[in-house]
Amino acid sequence: MAEYKYTPADFKSDQIVKWCPGCGDHAILNAVQRAMPEVADALDVPHNRFTFVSGIGCSSRFIYYMKTFGFHTIHGRANAVATGIKVANPDLSVWVCTGDGDSLAIGGNHFIHAIRRNIDLNVILFNNEIYGLTKGQYSPTTKLGRITKTSPYGTVEKPFNPGELVIGAKGTFFARTIDMEVMLTKDCLVAAAKHKGMAVVEALVNCVIFNDKTHAAFAGDKATRAERTITLRHGEKMLFGEDNRKGLVFENMRLKVVTVGEEGYTIDDVLTHDAHTPDTTLHSMLAAMKYPDYPVAVGVIRDVEDDHIYDEKVAEQVEKVQATAKIRCVDDLLRSGETWEIR
Amino acid sequence: MENLNAKELHDVVIRFSGDSGDGMQLTGTLFSNTSALIGNGISTFPDYPAEIRAPQGTVAGVSGFQVHIGSTKVVNPGDYCDVLVAMNPAALKANRKWLKPDATVIIDGDTLTEDNVKKAGYATLDPIAELGLEGYNVVIPDITTMTKAALAGTGLDNKSIVKCKNMFALGICFYIYNRPEDYAKRYLDAKFAKKNPAVAEANKLAIDAGYNYAANTHQFANTYKIAPAELEKGVYRSVNGNVATAWGFCAAAEKAGLPLFCGSYPITPATVILEELAKRKDLGVKTVQAEDEIAGICTSIGAAYAGNFAVTTTSGPGLSLKSEAMGLAVMAELPLVIVDVQRGGPSTGLPTKTEQSDLMQALYGRNGECPAVVIAASSPSDCFHYAFMAGKIAMEHMTPVILLTDGFIANGSEPWRIPSMADYPAICPPIVAEAPAEGEFMPYARNENLARGWAFPGKKGLEHRIGGLEKDRLKGSISYDPANHQEMTATRAAKVAKVAEELPAPTIEGAADADLLVIGWGGTRGNLHAAVKRLQAEGKSVAHLHFNYINPLPHGVAELLGGHKRIVVCELNEGQFAAYLRQNFREFEFEQFNKCEGLPFTVVELEEKFNSLL
Repeated sequence: MAEYKYTPADFKSDQIVKWCPGCGDHAILNAVQRAMPEVADALDVPHNRFTFVSGIGCSSRFIYYMKTFGFHTIHGRANAVATGIKVANPDLSVWVCTGDGDSLAIGGNHFIHAIRRNIDLNVILFNNEIYGLTKGQYSPTTKLGRITKTSPYGTVEKPFNPGELVIGAKGTFFARTIDMEVMLTKDCLVAAAKHKGMAVVEALVNCVIFNDKTHAAFAGDKATRAERTITLRHGEKMLFGEDNRKGLVFENMRLKVVTVGEEGYTIDDVLTHDAHTPDTTLHSMLAAMKYPDYPVAVGVIRDVEDDHIYDEKVAEQVEKVQATAKIRCVDDLLRSGETWEIR
Repeated sequence: MENLNAKELHDVVIRFSGDSGDGMQLTGTLFSNTSALIGNGISTFPDYPAEIRAPQGTVAGVSGFQVHIGSTKVVNPGDYCDVLVAMNPAALKANRKWLKPDATVIIDGDTLTEDNVKKAGYATLDPIAELGLEGYNVVIPDITTMTKAALAGTGLDNKSIVKCKNMFALGICFYIYNRPEDYAKRYLDAKFAKKNPAVAEANKLAIDAGYNYAANTHQFANTYKIAPAELEKGVYRSVNGNVATAWGFCAAAEKAGLPLFCGSYPITPATVILEELAKRKDLGVKTVQAEDEIAGICTSIGAAYAGNFAVTTTSGPGLSLKSEAMGLAVMAELPLVIVDVQRGGPSTGLPTKTEQSDLMQALYGRNGECPAVVIAASSPSDCFHYAFMAGKIAMEHMTPVILLTDGFIANGSEPWRIPSMADYPAICPPIVAEAPAEGEFMPYARNENLARGWAFPGKKGLEHRIGGLEKDRLKGSISYDPANHQEMTATRAAKVAKVAEELPAPTIEGAADADLLVIGWGGTRGNLHAAVKRLQAEGKSVAHLHFNYINPLPHGVAELLGGHKRIVVCELNEGQFAAYLRQNFREFEFEQFNKCEGLPFTVVELEEKFNSLL
């Protein structure tokens, strides 16, 4: 463990933060700036190796507010640009700031393929279920039937659940957090950084202007969150609610909410969270839980060790070939194979 | 087995053709490499269908390989052929139009069955008469039967034996043109000896059998010799345009002292560049086969930002998909080379056919005022040079460079005098080594080339933010200031224009006051050169000016355009470069000669056109 002793201020740029007052993105910025000193020490990453990459959208302005290397790219392409950065220099700690439109609509292809390759990127997916920067059109995560500028009679498209998408693409890390829960966000980010391979942290953020209170039913205030969300921690019982009286059990191939001590359920019946199992079954079910049938799962839902990391494998292959290569420079290359001399 | 009565020829064009699975590419390659090894000038062009194995025996499935060999330097693969080897009636039908008036046609007699003739779409059962070949020297050896007889003792099964018939045909050609067999045999040994020595032996026997058949029959009255060309001394190799492009990038990376990165997506006819770079892990090359064209360029932009020499490869439709990201590279002022191996368009167009389709797209196909350097290579081997120069300009001027090649030079091959890297210039990108001793680092501060500093992530004290939004002229932070946008727009244009200062002066081949000035760009050079040379040899007042640097144009072009009665711009499109020249040189009148058939110009049609203008 290194001791850089950075503070959040070391990660604050001189730019004025221009998100709307009350926007959930402020809280995520706060959490990121708190997480980075911890990440630096835990993973021995000096300040100059942090690189933030973003696409287009409100959340993609993020990189201008970080006093790190930053690249604000084009709509949907942050994951592709970040892939190039990480392959070119695997020593960098590469963070992608992207939104539900950026990574699930226009950039959906890059998102799933980055997950498939298991490249060592840390992705913060800001999900406000709306296009904010273009002023209020529905996104791939907007709830069915929601009235927006481009769905004046309600949307007729079913939304994606980002967690199901990540796990379905065989993602090795998925966590979910809520803008108001700064410490939870920070913990998820540190866990994402420690995870080798592609890590996606879905941040449920509120857009006060165009989609206010979209997450409020379960994330509105502290009391609501306690009753209507469940914070998952590896190795701990899946308990939630006042005094942790409620729990999740697995019954008839489905998850079920029970009250401990009622209807014959005991604490032993309640599931223990195993974020590390490669099996996707329970992780998918947890990620898919929707209020009011279930509490919404937050925290690290999936964190599976997989040593097949794309950027490392690319570098290893180059090293391996170079170790025994006959061609060591371009002159060797040009003279390899069939040649003839004219004297 | 030197034939003493052989006639001396200046040059000859041979076209090998058959089913996609008949091994015609190998047959042609062995013939051309053999010729190269004995010192002939050569130029080759494969002509194959987009379908991998179209139905056997149909015209759609015909694959061809043309080789032009000569006793001087050969500048093009030739248009019409002296000899056509057709392994079936479909191949004969497909290539009838490419025969010179006195050509020799060799067709496998065993394949002239009713079934095959019908499958090839003939109206009658007599292909020779139907195609009007009576006046030609048509030879119809039963190649399949004779191959089977010669290989009967090899113990191979019938299918494997029949597969050797292409080598029988090669043997015939070796006899007619007095080529030694040893190179081809060594090649077959190397290819099959370990895996299947019996197959190597059978193929070698088939060459001998074909050679002996040709020597013993009286059907080939004449045999020919082509003397070695007087080429510059040195070590040579054969190279095609795509491989030369890949190697030129390796050379630029080496000279810059930076790793080479290629993010790309497979697309005909550019894929071979990615395939070759994927092999070059020995030189430390990293390749990412991306999920799509956009990710191809975006991963490369990321790698460029992170301090690699980054390239991406594509063809027309892929260039369309990369447009927005190219704008990002222009705005972020990162070095990047985008190769467009042009093919017939629009849309999917003609994937395996050549066209100078994308000049306008390369120059202007982006939103905003978005200048990029545009360079075009003009022969298979000079793809190396122009790929190197594209890299040098991109890195030293911190700008995207679009390198245009085309299907014709990308797939064509020619002998190449191997250069020494010691003769190539150094590449010195404006890399920012360390943070300024005092004050803030300014990522958009510029050097004398107007290039900004290249500050890689990971360097202490250089933390900065860039992106696609308009940049502050120094800090690189977002700026909506009207005066700043005006200044940055002008600066980006001036930076690209400044590249002209280091470009070589253009030169005219022929008299500076020739009556007719022939202008071309990129991959048409060999054919234009050949046509102009022929007319010059007849005493006609014609000169040739060819362009490789398109944007910016080199200084001194206007001076060369004056003093001619007529100027004709020849392009394999409907006049894109002509329009560009009109825009840049309004005082001159540019006539056009255009072709959009998916085929290169023929020397014959160029001569006709130039004669009509004289």
